Amino acid sequence: MSNENPLRNEIVTEEKKTKKKKDSASTLGKSKTLLATPYGLWMAAFIIIPLILVLYYGLTDGNGNFTLDNLSLIANPINRKALWLSLKLSLISTAICLLLAYPLALVLKSMKLKDNSFIVMVVILPMWMNFLLRTIAWQNILEKNGVINTILEALHLPALNIINTPTAIVLGMVYNFLPFMILPIYNTLAKIDDNVINAARDLGANGWVTFKRVIFPLSMPGVISGITMVFVPSLTTFAISTILGGSKIVLIGNIIEQQFQKLGNWNTGSGLSIVLMIFILVSMTLVAKYDKDSEGTNAW
Amino acid sequence: MVNNKLIDLINISKSYNGNVIIDDLNLYVRENEFLTFLGPSGCGKTTTLRMIGGFETPDQGKIIFDGKDITKLPPNERQLNTVFQKYALFTHMTIAENIAFGLKIKKKSKAYIDDKIKYALKLVNLEDYGNRMPDSLSGGQQQRIAIARAIVNEPKVLLLDEPLGALDLKLRQDMQYELIRLKNELGITFIYVTHDQEEALTMSDTIMVMNKGYIQQIGTPEKIYNEPENAFVADFIGESNIIGATMVRDRLVNILGANFPCVDEGFGENKPVDVVIRPEDIDLVAPEDGIITGRVTSLIFKGVHYEMDVMANGYEWLVHSTDLSPVGSEVGLKVDPFDIQIMKKPESDDEEAVVNNEQ
Repeated sequence: MSNENPLRNEIVTEEKKTKKKKDSASTLGKSKTLLATPYGLWMAAFIIIPLILVLYYGLTDGNGNFTLDNLSLIANPINRKALWLSLKLSLISTAICLLLAYPLALVLKSMKLKDNSFIVMVVILPMWMNFLLRTIAWQNILEKNGVINTILEALHLPALNIINTPTAIVLGMVYNFLPFMILPIYNTLAKIDDNVINAARDLGANGWVTFKRVIFPLSMPGVISGITMVFVPSLTTFAISTILGGSKIVLIGNIIEQQFQKLGNWNTGSGLSIVLMIFILVSMTLVAKYDKDSEGTNAW
Repeated sequence: MVNNKLIDLINISKSYNGNVIIDDLNLYVRENEFLTFLGPSGCGKTTTLRMIGGFETPDQGKIIFDGKDITKLPPNERQLNTVFQKYALFTHMTIAENIAFGLKIKKKSKAYIDDKIKYALKLVNLEDYGNRMPDSLSGGQQQRIAIARAIVNEPKVLLLDEPLGALDLKLRQDMQYELIRLKNELGITFIYVTHDQEEALTMSDTIMVMNKGYIQQIGTPEKIYNEPENAFVADFIGESNIIGATMVRDRLVNILGANFPCVDEGFGENKPVDVVIRPEDIDLVAPEDGIITGRVTSLIFKGVHYEMDVMANGYEWLVHSTDLSPVGSEVGLKVDPFDIQIMKKPESDDEEAVVNNEQ
């Protein structure tokens, strides 16, 4: 019956693969939209609407009149310093995570495990514990009379004063967000066909050139998702800085939290949030631009 | 023409986790030869190729290339290039960058590289594809780019690991001719791995049939097809009737109780042997003219010929003929003496591994 349609015959004579793709895309199209509905509703209710509210509060004053004052509050020395410190610590944490995660991901790939669930489990294992609990545990370890200093004292070594310093916060960020760097990098590395690596070797590349020209570029999508997934939560965190930074170190997340929780100033809190969002968008765009591979931009 | 040995594999053995993949393999490859490793999956053909390419190291034995021992040399220091089964193109580079990869590593000048890219793309009939990305090409085109990427490095030997395995039938046949043309134009040695006997017969100068890590037979396509040395080769290459028989004396073999004249000598008297008779070599004649008689039990039209099963002396003979004999009819079976191939009965895998590189 398909012969009745001359157009159909033309498609058949074309390469089979493309035809298959078209067919499956059109039939999947409808059900795909349908399947996405629950998340669509969820997104509308809990992401889009709050976002609109943040924009509304951020761009209005207490009386509901339009203003940019809330945004310009970022120029206030305290806020500016907090944002700058947040950016600095998040960048450092992201860099450390990348340096720790990439070699590990390479090792995991070389193990050629048939079952990825083992790796996922090992990496996810710390997350079985509550995030706050883990951070508080670090507080106990780093404290003046904490685990580390007790051991150092027993060994007659000088005490470490890490708690309530930026170092402690970076430590907390790296500890909590490292898995989000390992998994996407490992996933992209694991997907690289061994023969692609063999081909590079075959064409004369030594181990280092193969890594630089083939393996690393092919893993860029994973690196970019990893960077995003570590950088963004690090930039916005207030729990880690509260627990490990004490009251001395204030990050932009702490300031926003204060505006909402303690001062009840939704307008200022939202305004600063918008500034933070702009920073995240800009930095992510820069990262994406750096990577010309379009796959990287799909990750987010 | 007699060419020099280019590659020599000497007493090569390889096993994985206690499983022997290759057992004491000896083989040489001549300059400018199209050699095919043919065998079922798991026979060791790909492992052998990967050892020549440098992706595996043999447990024992030596690989000599152009007079030098390269057994322990990494792939990037070997004067040969590989075309992989699933193309293995660098998806983050353009076609031109893919082809330039090896040349850039060798620090060739830009003008030289550009020339080479142009030449290689022309050779594989994809002149205008330099700026495209690999993903935008069809499977056949990607495979041709993989070949181009390998040959711009001017290897002495091109290793091809089932390069057409992922393509559909029509494309595969076109690519077979393309490969033969390339080989003739380049004048280099091709070592080709496949499990497709037709592909092997079409393209090769020499075929090495492998099974279970042993060489079963090495020879020209004609020799492999017409004079298989054992039942495995006969069965793997084309369709055949393989029947246990007794060599009565020189030039006479008893198959299923009937004496067939043949041309083989030297098997001794009343010795058990295997005989191979190709289905197209059996003539169906009037019952009284046949050496044995039987009844047609099935008939299938295959286009070029009819495929018939004939029950005779307790064995179902496979017969290909352009003449039709209806099911149930009684026919005589006749075979020309030189169409009967006699083989010694193998007693073990090891003995099955007849090494015959004396063409």
